[in-house]
Amino acid sequence: MSRANGDATMPTFSKSAPHPKERRIILANAEDPDFDGTLEAYEGRGGYGELKKAFGMTPEDVCKEVLDSGVRGRGGAGFPAGMKWKFLDRRSGKPVYLICNADESEPGTFKDRQIIHKDPHQLIEGMMITAFAIQAKQAYIYIREEMPYGARILDEAIEAARAKGYVGDNILGSDYSCDLVVHRGAAAYICGEETGLIESLEGKRAYPRIKPPYFPAALGLYMCPTIVNNVETLCNVKHIVAMGGGEFAKIGTTGNTGTRIWCLSGHVQKPGYFELECGKATYGELINDLGGGLLPGRKLQAVIPGGSSAKVLRAGERFTGKLRSGEAFDWGIDDIPLDFDSPMAAGSMSGSGAVIVVDDSVNIVEVLANINAFYAHESCGQCTPCREGSLWMKKITGRMVSGGARREDAALLASIGDQIAGRTICAHGEACAWPTQSFVAKFRDEFEAAAERNPDEWKNREFRLV
Amino acid sequence: MPFEPSSELAAYAEKVVQRYPERRSAIMMILHALQREQGRISLEAQEWVADFLEIAPIKVREVVSFYPFYREHPVGKRHIRVCRTLSCALNGGYAVCDSFKQAFETGLDEISPDGRVTIEFAECLASCGTAPVALVDDDLHENLTPEKVRELCESIKAETPAAPRPEPAGETAE
Repeated sequence: MSRANGDATMPTFSKSAPHPKERRIILANAEDPDFDGTLEAYEGRGGYGELKKAFGMTPEDVCKEVLDSGVRGRGGAGFPAGMKWKFLDRRSGKPVYLICNADESEPGTFKDRQIIHKDPHQLIEGMMITAFAIQAKQAYIYIREEMPYGARILDEAIEAARAKGYVGDNILGSDYSCDLVVHRGAAAYICGEETGLIESLEGKRAYPRIKPPYFPAALGLYMCPTIVNNVETLCNVKHIVAMGGGEFAKIGTTGNTGTRIWCLSGHVQKPGYFELECGKATYGELINDLGGGLLPGRKLQAVIPGGSSAKVLRAGERFTGKLRSGEAFDWGIDDIPLDFDSPMAAGSMSGSGAVIVVDDSVNIVEVLANINAFYAHESCGQCTPCREGSLWMKKITGRMVSGGARREDAALLASIGDQIAGRTICAHGEACAWPTQSFVAKFRDEFEAAAERNPDEWKNREFRLV
Repeated sequence: MPFEPSSELAAYAEKVVQRYPERRSAIMMILHALQREQGRISLEAQEWVADFLEIAPIKVREVVSFYPFYREHPVGKRHIRVCRTLSCALNGGYAVCDSFKQAFETGLDEISPDGRVTIEFAECLASCGTAPVALVDDDLHENLTPEKVRELCESIKAETPAAPRPEPAGETAE
């Protein structure tokens, strides 16, 4: 039994032996059955050595290594972290804040949970290096309330790190001080959006702020310059300091550096999380090899390549075009490299690295109905197109499932999606529109056929997604 | 009647407010502690929180009513939240939810007749690789099947004494 904590009531999560195709950097300790996540165990493996190394450098040098590493944000947008840090606007002279976004809530994503539960000190070390690099006055971890033990594990790990001088006043005997505090959310998806998260941390409803002018790097928490990074991104900082930005950039491919933890779920034999070098494996390998393939007798219907807000990929679809390098590509789903740029080239996105596989045992209209129910529930209600539109889309897919849909509903549904995307303060507009837009475009016949469904027969179905 | 916080809650609120440069930021942490202690967040308690944080009571209610995990109403002794979202649904989440409901002869979002549980759907619990999942209070139960749910419900029943709610006075008089 291994746990990051001596509390006997604390749950344990199973660990997995590495697949030969995996390259574990972030999960190296976390998944090791002999590693229990305590400070002693972490220090025993050289933990907090990189913090010491960083404190021997200037903050600017640490920032430069992260910029050179090319590491991109692992939370969804894939924006280069070093660039984000560079945007910090210190002209106001106000204190700088660091926030770890541990609100992991994009459906399909469960990687940050593994890190927090099994190797909390890796996150804390990554955060304290980052705090030093950006000279933050105070750091927060915003964790979703659906992981109550995760918050306790982090609280206890921070206390242990504080006692050793890794967190708090005069870190490592230097004159730099920065406290780290765990803040618990309360199950609102929108808190994963960084400006919504900031509002929430200020004690308000998580209404996202409009950018510009409210880029967190300039006007963030308490209108002070603020950096918000994902759990996995912050863990990477430790490894960038360990190996140097240049060496880190050699992992993966150009513009897609480092490893990524992919979360595979849905209709596969062996769902799970796999840490892979960026661009060195494909969706086909993830699904069929690491994930053990589809269930017996089933056929692939669709793949959602990066969390449920990502545009769906239809089985049999071909993706052609030219890469940024000028090289032409012609892919099926199986051929798409697992990185940031390739799913985007295929018209979707890698998002939070959550891959959801849908086989032919379910009705695709019902899959979208399930997704639409999620986004309608999670709209913060601030912008009319998203607040009303997400509910309309839920209603229409709902009647397509339960009977009573009209043939023109497919077109109506698509047009609502078109009227939301690009017309809202935050990306929740796109997040709720993209599934509808892509499902209807790629499975038009199925959506139109919903009008002819016999409601009674459908009502009595054994297996439901809504 | 004005809300009187327990000494633990009052001490916790004093402690947690120190963690932020602005008092209002402590609201979510205080509401979590309050709800854990009281089982719900009453309007009187919200007024106490507002007073403590030096903000208007409506600012507290805005927060309570926005976040799905805060509630003004009571729930059963055990709080069961079944993940409704896609990966769980694809793996039988709805059947799992039905099994919970059958075991306690109750519907969604209400206190079961025996007072033991309230069953709700929750959106993505971030454990899609072990779908379907459900939270029972703080504990995550993974890879659920209707059979596993039946066993789980038996143990909940064994651990949790029934506490049926008395009939409301108006109805018994009829």
